[in-house]
Amino acid sequence: MSTEALRAADITKNFGNISALSGISLHVNKGEVLGILGDNGAGKSTLMKIITGYHKPSSGQMFINGEAVTLTSVDHARSLGIECVYQDLALVNTLPIYHNMFLNRELRNRFGMLDHGAMRKRAAAALDDIGVQVPSVDDEVAMLSGGQRQAIAIARAVYSNAKILLLDEPLAAMGAREAGLIIDLIQRQQARGDISIIMIMHNYAQTLEIADRIMMMQRGTVTFEGNARDTSVEALLDIVRREYRAMRAAAQ
Amino acid sequence: MSATTLSFRQRGTKLLALREASIVVVALVLVIYFSVVNANFLTGPNLQTLSQFIAPSAIIACGEIMLLICGEIDLSVGQIFALAPFIMAFTDHAGLGMFVGFVFAMIVSALVGLINGAITVLLKVPSFVTTLGTLFLINGFTLTVSKGYPINTPGGQTMANIFGAAGYNEFLWAILIVVIMHMVLRHRRWGLHTIAVGGNLTGATEAGINAARIKIGNFMLTSMLGGITGILEAFRIGSTDPLAGGTNIMFLAVASGVIGGTSLAGGSGTIIGGLIGATVLGVLQDGFTLQGINAFTFDMIIGAAILIAMIANIHVGRLNRGGRS
Repeated sequence: MSTEALRAADITKNFGNISALSGISLHVNKGEVLGILGDNGAGKSTLMKIITGYHKPSSGQMFINGEAVTLTSVDHARSLGIECVYQDLALVNTLPIYHNMFLNRELRNRFGMLDHGAMRKRAAAALDDIGVQVPSVDDEVAMLSGGQRQAIAIARAVYSNAKILLLDEPLAAMGAREAGLIIDLIQRQQARGDISIIMIMHNYAQTLEIADRIMMMQRGTVTFEGNARDTSVEALLDIVRREYRAMRAAAQ
Repeated sequence: MSATTLSFRQRGTKLLALREASIVVVALVLVIYFSVVNANFLTGPNLQTLSQFIAPSAIIACGEIMLLICGEIDLSVGQIFALAPFIMAFTDHAGLGMFVGFVFAMIVSALVGLINGAITVLLKVPSFVTTLGTLFLINGFTLTVSKGYPINTPGGQTMANIFGAAGYNEFLWAILIVVIMHMVLRHRRWGLHTIAVGGNLTGATEAGINAARIKIGNFMLTSMLGGITGILEAFRIGSTDPLAGGTNIMFLAVASGVIGGTSLAGGSGTIIGGLIGATVLGVLQDGFTLQGINAFTFDMIIGAAILIAMIANIHVGRLNRGGRS
């Protein structure tokens, strides 16, 4: 499959005696949005941190564009086009938007001084291009709403040439209107066709709305994987309930 | 796009207006008050004295502001202030000359900053506690090596004049350092990353910024500025005193930064604000000295003035922000 952007095969992760992931496989194609659902402790965050190169898997193999890779660090993963937008957003509230867009990738002139003008212009153009509207790139991030902040963080990742974009609960704690803006933004990236998005989500209905494919995790294993249009919130909840019943029966 | 309609210069002016205008007003009001109540205030000799009040706290404030912005503080800088000129003098007495002495003093200052930073960042001791420890440690060390007695600052009169004894020279050194540090804070990655580390440590780290390097570097910078100030003052006064500087100069520097709008919570601050803050404190100190106010009363007035300046600063700032949004 030439369109496959990322594949993780049979990933396990143990922290001491505790098994966080016991044999997870996932893949995401170019231009595809994969939604990962699961309760707290299902192993979603551990999986994300393995894909971003933060944790090394205990076993298993990752493939990027069909080639086997062993990620050694977050920077290594980033150099391969893997960007993650974390829940805490990694934005600095006391800096203006354009500094945040270029954080640790600042543009400098030939004297090594920060090129504020160029960063301001390029940040405005990039946000325009990505479809994020802000009053001014000079505004401090502290003045923005949660939705605007999330949008800036996503735009920054896209602008830095992300090929595989991981979003950690991109719609958490957002009102309907704000969530709508972010959903639009994600769908516009989806339409470009060259970015693959992996989202960690809690809300089933929202996930079905945005994702092409759904993966559900429980206690370190995959309990469901399939196309979003072939399933429903009810069907997914049924699986969760069944798993809980099985878990309770096993405990007795 | 409307985002870029404001030019950088306009934007800069606007920011300056927001961040530093209120404290400039306070400084001007104080200057007007003292020049009205005392005819000697705005005379050449007094302005020179005033500049000598301002210079030391302005220089050290540059370091403390960088530390406050990245979420730390250095309480020990006033003790480096006392130690550095002794190291310079002892090196000179050993026959290695003043220049080598200065270099040694800077190396020792940087080392103390490195120790402050390493204990704070790597061993995770809050900097308030780390530098409280090194404060006593260095003070004891300086008293031991000096046997508690002041000595004459070595070097000829020309050297002393260049390094602060003559006219406005010490103030000029302070202005030079303020300009350099302002450029570092606003126009170099180091400054931007210092703000980022103090504004969102996790976020800055996730963006790949080495927060430990930034923090330790700013501790070293502050110690070195403390050492430089101690040496300038030793040249100006002609005496190298183990009890010079101390917590007094450290608190004046921190107060200068905070009065100038640097947040104790980290993430924001300005070097220019620190210079204006140091000016306010200098004007108060000099003005009340001219008035012949009793030293005991003076501390009460300084304390009240700091509180009033801060309250005015915070609330005028809040009004500005309210008016903007």
